[in-house]
Amino acid sequence: MTEHGRPADTARTFAQKVLARAAGEEAVAVGQIADARPDIVLSHDNTAPIAEIWRQFGQERVSIPERMAVTLDHAVPAPTVRHAQNHAEVRAFVAEQGVAHFFEVGRGICHQVLSEEAVVLPGDLILGSDSHTPHFGWLGAFGAGVGRSEMAVIWATGELWLRVPESIRIRLEGALGEWVTTKDVALTLIGDLGADGALYRSVEFAGPGIEGLSLDSRAALVNMMAEMGAKNAYMPPDGEVFRYLAERLLARPGRRAGRGAEPGEAAAEVAARLEERELRPDPGAAYAAGHKLDLSRVEPRVARPHQVDDTVCVGELESVRVDQAFIGTCTNGRIEDLGAVHRVMAGRRTAPGTRMVIVPASSEVWSEALSRGWVADLAAAGAVFGTPGCGPCMGNHLGVLAPGEVCISSANRNFQGRMGDRGSEVYLASPAVVAASAVAGRIVHPREVTE
Amino acid sequence: MNGPVDVARPFRGRVFRYGDHVNTDVIFPGRYTYTKSRPEEVAPHALEDLDPTFVERVRPGDVIVAGWNWGCGSSREQAAVCLRYAGVGAVVARSFGRIFYRNALNNGLLAIVCPEAVDALEDGGDVEVDLEASAIRRGEAVFAFSPFSPAVRSMIAAGGLIEQTKRRLATA
Ligand code: SF4
Repeated sequence: MTEHGRPADTARTFAQKVLARAAGEEAVAVGQIADARPDIVLSHDNTAPIAEIWRQFGQERVSIPERMAVTLDHAVPAPTVRHAQNHAEVRAFVAEQGVAHFFEVGRGICHQVLSEEAVVLPGDLILGSDSHTPHFGWLGAFGAGVGRSEMAVIWATGELWLRVPESIRIRLEGALGEWVTTKDVALTLIGDLGADGALYRSVEFAGPGIEGLSLDSRAALVNMMAEMGAKNAYMPPDGEVFRYLAERLLARPGRRAGRGAEPGEAAAEVAARLEERELRPDPGAAYAAGHKLDLSRVEPRVARPHQVDDTVCVGELESVRVDQAFIGTCTNGRIEDLGAVHRVMAGRRTAPGTRMVIVPASSEVWSEALSRGWVADLAAAGAVFGTPGCGPCMGNHLGVLAPGEVCISSANRNFQGRMGDRGSEVYLASPAVVAASAVAGRIVHPREVTE
Repeated sequence: MNGPVDVARPFRGRVFRYGDHVNTDVIFPGRYTYTKSRPEEVAPHALEDLDPTFVERVRPGDVIVAGWNWGCGSSREQAAVCLRYAGVGAVVARSFGRIFYRNALNNGLLAIVCPEAVDALEDGGDVEVDLEASAIRRGEAVFAFSPFSPAVRSMIAAGGLIEQTKRRLATA
């Protein structure tokens, strides 16, 4: 269905619209190379090595400090002197170059923090030196990952060439059942379509099923599309998203022109402006493929080591013993996720021989969990907590695995060696399944420990 | 370490065959990602979690032949850099993870989509890669791949994205 070089005046996908705007073109065709100027660029602990590359260009100043966001999140607080040195280099660079948005150790994971801080807005193009940059699709933005050299080039020139991708459309219908989450939806889609099921494509969600999804769970689903190979993923924002961003913008005055709220402005006005700014796919836009999923038919799913697309129903795994249960990451470290864990674990305890590590995705999530009393309850249940950030997700920080150990994790990747030794194993599941498995000491459905 | 091979001219090497969905975590483990960045630091870890003997065996001009989705996962550029500086000239696969694909070409590591070559080339066999002719050769057999664009070829000839950008900024 996708026709390279379609006439530019036909209906367009979300990807076409954002890339056209970012390239300053009237329209772009699928397959065309767009010289795009991103609205926001993101880097994290890798900012220092990127700066080292950038310095080779001999520039005194980066060309786009007002568009740059830097978060220290991947190994925080510094576990070794080498990491500490890396952080110090990042801070020095950020101060020297006047980077507009900088978030210190403990503020949280880049994707969560830039969402909470309303740095990324609907219709934006955001490029990040991080493979989960498609995350920002939950806000109606186009997010794509790039490498370090490319990020250095963007700092220097403000632009990067991007090929306009084919899009696939995934229509969601119905509503999720009890103990079923969008993590299960993501694992179902990835299991069905494969780890390259959306390779190089823009995944564009649609359909009435979206409306009933909480904001946290929309973010989780869009985030996971990186594991299907997607270049970016998109979910049409609704009033709830615009209100979420408007409130946050009003709490943070003084953003650069056109990207903030004026003092004294009403939240509804700001939300209306965001709505005007968003870009929606046209009805009748051409998709390379279309899929439909009835949310009410999804069941709790688990991805087995070491492939994200090797998924089974939780019931098929009941003999799998777990050494560690991990809750956190940009996929499932939000307040709703901790709520699901609390629901399963409060008043119960981790099984002997099983440990539970929780790393909230941001300081906001952490404070909220504290004020709701969940942290005390979960600590009493045997959980330990880490500083908001990526934690052991990629084997960089506390909570890594020994040879032969098994972890059930709420993260997005279970590649061999990702969370520690290459002889360890990682299963991926929803927060409720992870929590239930911590209590049972083996992988189980949450029903088993709560009823 | 071997150091990079000049991929702008035809080069010869041996085939290292791997499977589908080989991800960047096993090509260059995440545990090193914030402490090792320079070519000479990363090359000794190439494919460490997939094939621990690879680094001892690889020689300049060798070619990795793989299935679907080579280099899926993380954006870490060291995954491309470590292979290139370990001596790998090209990765020939059925498909690539998109960030790896860009990182590879930006660093002068040829990422070539050529299913016919993937079907035919055997582990340990000899192979020749000719960028100018867009061809992979094994003895008499020739496998053609889609030519790289002039822009990509000039970037590779310039020594990669960074060198190319240096020139561009110097003449701006
Ligand atoms: S939480 Fe994990 S997947 Fe998300 S940005 Fe951090 S390391 Fe990457």
